[in-house]
Amino acid sequence: MDFATLVQVLDSTLRLATPLLFACLAGLFSEKSGILDIGLEGKMLAAAFFAAATAAVTGSAWIGLAAGCAASLVLAALHGLASITFRGNQLISGVAINFLAAGITVLMGQNWFGLGGRTPQLEGAARFQNIELPFAQALSPVPVIGPLYSQVLSGHTILVYLGLLAVPATWYLLFRTRFGLRLRAVGENPAAVDTAGVSVTGLRYGGVAICGLLCGLSGAYLSTGLAAGFVKDMSAGRGFIALAALIFAKWRPWYALGACLLFGLLEALGNRFQSIQVLGVTVPTQFMQALPYILTVVILAGFVGKAIPPRAGGEPYVKER
Amino acid sequence: MDALPKWADIVLIPLVNLALALAVSALVIAYIGENPVEALTLMISGSVGSAYGWGYTLYYATNFVFTGLAVAVAFHARLFNIGGEGQALLGGLGVTLACLYIPWPHWTLALVGASVGGALFGAAWAAIPAWLQARRGSHIVITTIMFNFIASALMVYLLVNVLKVPGSMAPETARFPEATHLPSAFDWGAWMGFTKSAPLNVAFFLALACAFGVWVLIWRTKLGYEIRAFGQSEPAAVYAGISPTRIIMVAMLISGGLAGLMAVNAVQGEAERLVIDSVQGAGFVGIAVALMGRSHPVGVVLAALLFGILYQGGAELEFSMPAISREMVVVIQALVILFTGALDNMVRTPLERLFLRRRRRAA
Repeated sequence: MDFATLVQVLDSTLRLATPLLFACLAGLFSEKSGILDIGLEGKMLAAAFFAAATAAVTGSAWIGLAAGCAASLVLAALHGLASITFRGNQLISGVAINFLAAGITVLMGQNWFGLGGRTPQLEGAARFQNIELPFAQALSPVPVIGPLYSQVLSGHTILVYLGLLAVPATWYLLFRTRFGLRLRAVGENPAAVDTAGVSVTGLRYGGVAICGLLCGLSGAYLSTGLAAGFVKDMSAGRGFIALAALIFAKWRPWYALGACLLFGLLEALGNRFQSIQVLGVTVPTQFMQALPYILTVVILAGFVGKAIPPRAGGEPYVKER
Repeated sequence: MDALPKWADIVLIPLVNLALALAVSALVIAYIGENPVEALTLMISGSVGSAYGWGYTLYYATNFVFTGLAVAVAFHARLFNIGGEGQALLGGLGVTLACLYIPWPHWTLALVGASVGGALFGAAWAAIPAWLQARRGSHIVITTIMFNFIASALMVYLLVNVLKVPGSMAPETARFPEATHLPSAFDWGAWMGFTKSAPLNVAFFLALACAFGVWVLIWRTKLGYEIRAFGQSEPAAVYAGISPTRIIMVAMLISGGLAGLMAVNAVQGEAERLVIDSVQGAGFVGIAVALMGRSHPVGVVLAALLFGILYQGGAELEFSMPAISREMVVVIQALVILFTGALDNMVRTPLERLFLRRRRRAA
């Protein structure tokens, strides 16, 4: 692989890692509060559709982003209602949300646009445009650093940079604020938080709501940043890969960035090299496409060390009477 | 004493949940601009109003009995197997290999051989996530979902590169030999009005036999007792000398095997060749069926019939009301999972209060 190809692969790595990163941080907030969420996928998909549909109608990617986040928040509220208020099974609720999003996006898309579930192709201001970082032109002739800065780091949509900024923001919110301390406590030992007079329900809804917002950003980026419009099932398992990245990162924000970049790199390699030769054997395309899923299984198998999830995860909190 | 009488638990609550799911679906249909009552009438008359409709309804129901039982068996061990889709895909491979490469003299023998092939391949595909859950503690929900993606990539590869008929463009295998074709509803049920087009075939009876087999296994054998004990409380099961690894492996192998058997109906019985996406979401419907049927074989059969009606009715609906695409069925399925699985307490708690109050007044 020559240097120019490497730069291209790294560039798409950053692009492809962004939706994973938002979803991974979303899962982090939810799981730290003790609510498992396998509905990340569905929330992403719903956000992707409503963002693209709204952007197509209004012509503004920003209004689309708001609509996408709103759709994702509605599903998050549903998940909260099922798993916090009615103390239902969090896995089942997540599965239901995934199906609901898969069905409703195509149904509405067909009803609104009549394009078989797709939204119209987005153009101009209906899509997030690439931003040139300062000095990108000036630095590009510099060897090695120049292309890395001007082609890999520069020239992405604002959501990519927002995703990168979300990592320190998440770290600060979780580990340096009172809200973060309480959120982490409620995922480990809700009874203790309750005894201290802080509302378990309120904190968990808070965690789930932040999760919904971040999933909204992830989905909106998929359809109005990465692609130019919504297509059926466009999230393609990214919500689940984000969950695997979260476990790989052992529920820590900075490691989540690393894990998502790794999965982004795999996807970028799969897209760039449709078939490659390894030791004289041609690796089939389908294998390259399945690679992120296979790696997810390998990582979950714990070949990367022991990952300890928040202790109260998945268990509804029942106040003693 | 339980707060609810048994009939309320197994009949009333599922029906209320179903009614809620259908009510929300009606709102969606009304939003699209069609009349929900008219849509429901069309669905019911299209699915159970004629022998033609029944031929499809029962064919779909057969698929869902297999995948529903698969999810139900895993549920009894408190394992959430979302991998029915991938396991059924691999089951299709097993059925195909058995039908194409073994010269069966008669369909009865072919049915046995294909069943063994489908169940073995389905079970094998479930074995890896099961082992990872049992020994490495990796979450079975995520691994089985990943195995669905890997299975579909694997099947595309095999159909495009290995199993395709040489010289043909379509990524599908050759038609199975005549001797492996299962008798369709027309062959044994023409007197009931089934036509040649009906995809319903003898695999329907295999599904009913499996439902009975699962009932015997779960409630009448030592292994079934161990599975349920493990599902109720892992520490108690360990204390009683039950090995968690063994139960997880066995429950998932049975679960995957049942999902794989679905291919006997869909691949051997209906398509009579292996095509891309031979499962068409039936693995996921199994989740809704198992939840709705309270993981009991009788409930699973009834819920499978309900979803058979929804699928066939949905296809008819799409034909008569083009504004409603077939994803409407996915939405209804999601709402059924939501109301029967996750929002169960929303209905249960008020009903429990109601029954307690009535009983107190009676006392």
